[in-house]
Amino acid sequence: MMENAISVKGLTKSFKDVEVLKGVDFEVRRGEIFALLGSNGAGKTTTVNILATLLRQSGGVASVCGFDVEKQPDEVRKSISMTGQFAAVDGILTGRENLILIARLRGVENPAKLADDLLDQFSLTDAANKRAATYSGGMARRLDIAMSLVGAPKVIFLDEPTTGLDPEGRQEVWKTIKALAKGGTTIMLTTQYLEEAEQLAGRIAILHDGRIIANGTLAELKKLFPPAKVEYVEKQPSLEEIFLAIIGQKESA
Amino acid sequence: MKSTGILFGRLMRHILRSPDTIITVAITPIAIMLMFVYVFGGAMKSSLGDNVNYVNYQLPGVLLMAIASGIAYTAVRMYGDKTQGMFSRFNSMPIRRSSVLWAHVLTSLAANMITIALIFLVALLLGFRSSAGILSWLAVAGILLLFTLALTWVAVIPGLKAKSMDGASAFSYPLIFLPFLSSAFVPAKTMPVGLRAFAEHQPATSIVDTLRALLNCEPVGNGIWVALAWCVGISAVAWFFAMRAYRRVK
Repeated sequence: MMENAISVKGLTKSFKDVEVLKGVDFEVRRGEIFALLGSNGAGKTTTVNILATLLRQSGGVASVCGFDVEKQPDEVRKSISMTGQFAAVDGILTGRENLILIARLRGVENPAKLADDLLDQFSLTDAANKRAATYSGGMARRLDIAMSLVGAPKVIFLDEPTTGLDPEGRQEVWKTIKALAKGGTTIMLTTQYLEEAEQLAGRIAILHDGRIIANGTLAELKKLFPPAKVEYVEKQPSLEEIFLAIIGQKESA
Repeated sequence: MKSTGILFGRLMRHILRSPDTIITVAITPIAIMLMFVYVFGGAMKSSLGDNVNYVNYQLPGVLLMAIASGIAYTAVRMYGDKTQGMFSRFNSMPIRRSSVLWAHVLTSLAANMITIALIFLVALLLGFRSSAGILSWLAVAGILLLFTLALTWVAVIPGLKAKSMDGASAFSYPLIFLPFLSSAFVPAKTMPVGLRAFAEHQPATSIVDTLRALLNCEPVGNGIWVALAWCVGISAVAWFFAMRAYRRVK
């Protein structure tokens, strides 16, 4: 029955007279990594905020783990974890205290043990008792994601998980996300980095100007790209080219 | 309730780890108290009469100033939680949404009570004396708590809506100076007509007069009801706008 972890149909959202989402449809299967790709202002964060019950939609239906985000927000919150655009860690608390705080709020048994396990899993044990404000960008983001794992949520939202990180930090976070997906957690991430979607996601949807303009595996998206150039040049189109081509078509249409 | 307690513990840990916030909040009112007692105190005594203990006289005004500057930190803490995404983190968790807000409000009350206790101690060293009974002291504590609560709800609004850290705390400056334009340091009747009218009808005067009367074992008269009405009224109006701002926080 519950084949889809996330289901979004005809989702719209307006802020005053600005229509940010103009009818978004997509589904995320259980256990997959799904990337919502789009440039700044495409509506990625708005979509994630609606799914995480932080924002109400103007129209359409969205459900997470079978629960309607508008009618059953409490049930949705029990099933999800949200990692926002900036690492939401408490800089004055240590890494360990941050994890214990979330564990206690989620009513986890033995918060201290869970914190130690997660610190170990995310290679933060050495920094466990340092204030999170002293962490590097990559470390803070790792702690942030570790905090999202507390209570073993079924679905994790990662809103631009590597924005603002240096290449090394980005590699660290990618490794973490790949490891998470192996554990069977459904992950929906947003990104404006095409390479990131290509690296991580099983399926990619391109959100442009408030609508999903393409949705599929990387291989499927590549097929959408018509080989317009001279045939004998053996050059696979990069996802960036696909993206720009699709946007170009939409705007000239 | 449980999550409010956990989040309250988190914020109190913030305060204990940066004790400078409490010291900074207490130091300005204490400096002002020293200035009034030692610089102006002699002149005040000769005009108020020798039987007036001027440390007692100016203490309530200093306490209100301390609260007004203390709640600026409440706004700053909320602004920090908003901009660092802590509200989003907590509000997407299976806990009561209001517990995050109440944790901030309770922290504001607790932090300000610590500051007030500190100022009472310094006042005691300067010669503050009171023979007030337990009921009067409870009334003093109650009014100070209510006033802190009222200003805390005021502070929540810029804390949630401000666009910068400075913007979040700037609202407190006029509140800090309010006691100067009241009966806190000099009797309002010595002021020019327009100023006097303002002083006699602003909240600081009724609250200061009530606190002073309670601490000096004098009858409070109707002033206490005016003081309470101000506290409750400010609380109610600010609470309405604070809740409206909080509902819009993502």
